Amino acid sequence: MNAGKPAMAISVENIVKRYGDFTAVDGITFHVNDGEIFGLLGPNGAGKSTLIRMMTTLTPATSGRAVVGGHDVAREPDAVRRTIGVIPQALTSDIDLTVEENLSIYAKLYEVPKAERERNINDLLEAVDLTKWRGAQTKTLSGGMRRRLEIARGLVHNPRIFFLDEPTTGLDPVSRVAVWEMLNHLKNTRSLTILLTTHYMDEADRLCDRIAIVDHGKLVALDSPMALKASVPGTNVVEAQFAQESAEWPARLKQLSGVTSVESQSAGMYRLLTSDGSLTTTQLVEMAVSSGNTLKSLSVQNTTLDDVFVHFTGRQLRDEQVKALGFVMPPRPGMQP
Amino acid sequence: MTRMMAIVEREMRKFFRSPTLMMVSMMLPLVQLVILGNAFGGKIVGAKVGVVDYDHGSQALKVHEAFNAVAANIRTFTTTEYPNEQKAREDVRTGKLDAAVIIPRQYSRRVLAGDSPQIGLVVDNTDLTTSGGIEAEMQSLVDALNAPAIQPKVVQQIALEIVELYPYVEYMKYLLAGSISLAMYVAVMIGGGMLYIDDKARGVHEGYLVTPITKFELVLGLNLAGTIKAVMSGISLTVIGSLLAGLGSIFHPETDLLLLLLIVSTSIAFNGMMFLMMVRVEDPLVPRAMFGVLNTLLFFPSGAISPVKGFPPWLRAIAVVDPFTYAVHGFKAILLKDGGLDAIWMDLLFLFGFGIATLLIATPLFKRSL
Ligand SMILES: Nc1ncnc2c1ncn2[C@@H]1O[C@H](COP(=O)(O)OP(=O)(O)O)[C@@H](O)[C@H]1O
Ligand SMILES: [Mg+2]
Repeated sequence: MNAGKPAMAISVENIVKRYGDFTAVDGITFHVNDGEIFGLLGPNGAGKSTLIRMMTTLTPATSGRAVVGGHDVAREPDAVRRTIGVIPQALTSDIDLTVEENLSIYAKLYEVPKAERERNINDLLEAVDLTKWRGAQTKTLSGGMRRRLEIARGLVHNPRIFFLDEPTTGLDPVSRVAVWEMLNHLKNTRSLTILLTTHYMDEADRLCDRIAIVDHGKLVALDSPMALKASVPGTNVVEAQFAQESAEWPARLKQLSGVTSVESQSAGMYRLLTSDGSLTTTQLVEMAVSSGNTLKSLSVQNTTLDDVFVHFTGRQLRDEQVKALGFVMPPRPGMQP
Repeated sequence: MTRMMAIVEREMRKFFRSPTLMMVSMMLPLVQLVILGNAFGGKIVGAKVGVVDYDHGSQALKVHEAFNAVAANIRTFTTTEYPNEQKAREDVRTGKLDAAVIIPRQYSRRVLAGDSPQIGLVVDNTDLTTSGGIEAEMQSLVDALNAPAIQPKVVQQIALEIVELYPYVEYMKYLLAGSISLAMYVAVMIGGGMLYIDDKARGVHEGYLVTPITKFELVLGLNLAGTIKAVMSGISLTVIGSLLAGLGSIFHPETDLLLLLLIVSTSIAFNGMMFLMMVRVEDPLVPRAMFGVLNTLLFFPSGAISPVKGFPPWLRAIAVVDPFTYAVHGFKAILLKDGGLDAIWMDLLFLFGFGIATLLIATPLFKRSL
């Protein structure tokens, strides 16, 4: 390793990955500081896994450069491998092996000496709360426990930098919170730098120091969650649902003071971004009463990363997730329902 | 070294934890051994033959004695006396008899006069296996009776000679060499090929590839594990199969050593072949589809079921490059002929060479990235 501790844990410059004609990652540049939790946020197919695979020596970049832990990924892949721990997106722990065997086999793959191996495994099992289960076959664990086992597995050789690809996808809300707490704790006790990918807004918001929003292989925004939210015009979100729907509502809502955007959602439901939540709400209620309409529901929130995503990409991240599951007929020009 | 052994350790722990692979790899060869061993035995037992004797002379008596010897020794058929040909023919037609033998009038006189008399045989030729078996038996019996000089001994000789040609336990012994090889093939195919591609598809390899393990350690670890699985499967089938087929050669330590050499070399050869074929495969369906095709392509031309000598040239060409051929030859030489190292060193050389060569070709093809 280089003399001294490099202040930059990860440095990615103009990195590109092409599969044939298709560009999965399209010239992305970012830097991750030592000790940060850095999030790559984006919908399915954005190129998050491909980015992680290039940074972790799994797949060569088409062009551009990645330096991880002070080592160039293309030129010193082995040095990079010794510095990093990686948890792939798929659950890859062996269900036929016990929790402890899963860990010890990986420790051996990293050639961790026996005494250190045993100590590390004990510490890690404690850290991920699986000490009780060390002798249990992995197939008996729940999804959340298996994820925790894999987190421990990625750390058996005391890496400095930890990559996690969608660590909480498929977990129930309680398990997700447990994983977040565990990652925070591990980061602090082991002075780790963490890079994770996610398509959950709340996860990125709660866990990450900085977030890079990735869409269609491109970096669309990069900052702390606070700064990202502040960069969206409007500081509050007002959601209102009216009993009767009418075509002129969007235009009228837009004229309320402080409103910067109006988004029509389902069944008379509108989502307004505003710089002054209380003033907009007051006017909205007055407007509803004076026009004889009834408000079915009304809520005022702070801006979320959802709004940030919509602001930068023009699309709703949640819609993307739903669309990814089913086939959607592309609209034909000139076709009227 | 530690890293390679970690790969082996993982495979072995999984292997011993779930006995399924071991059982599955022995199921096909054992079922084949028992079913084919009995089905293709070639021995017809207990066919019913009616005998119509219009002669009642001394030579006709010899024929009856020969029939009795067959009934007592190899039991291909038992005979029943019939008064006339019409009744016997009728019973063959209706299936009460499998065949009828007609000894004509003047048979004894014409035999003694050297006037080649004919014994009539009526068979139901809709059942070719039975009629063929009886015909063959009758032919050899008649041939023997036609050699007057050794006639007194002939009756006994017929029985003995036939026992050596058609006994069914012998066929099971003949098959055993193929079954042992097949057990190793299945172990390699499932324990090596299929599990390997499944692991790849599940992302297990992705986990390996982010560690500092070298390509060589990874290839060697995976192949060593595959070979060990095949060796265990081969040993198990050698023991179980020998007991089933009634072969005692496994109780000699020198034989066991040669058998072990054959098992290890065969496992290495099969494993190398498998790895070469699978090294660039991603789709878990591929090894499953290949399983049956390869089985037919490699097992049947090897001489496991019938001798290579009887093959047309193109099939013999497959046999020459097929590791199964050498494995089967080696196991036959040791198990059936007690051949010693002299008989199998060529087989060992081919098998070890084949395994190492395929592995050397496969290693550069192995990608240490996704
Ligand atoms: N090996 C590959 N060959 C071709 N296309 C690929 C390959 N891997 C990923 N892709 C494509 O690249 C895009 C990005 O994929 P991925 O990085 O897995 O996205 P994410 O992890 O953000 O969901 C997707 O459109 C995917 O289909
Ligand atoms: Mg992904």
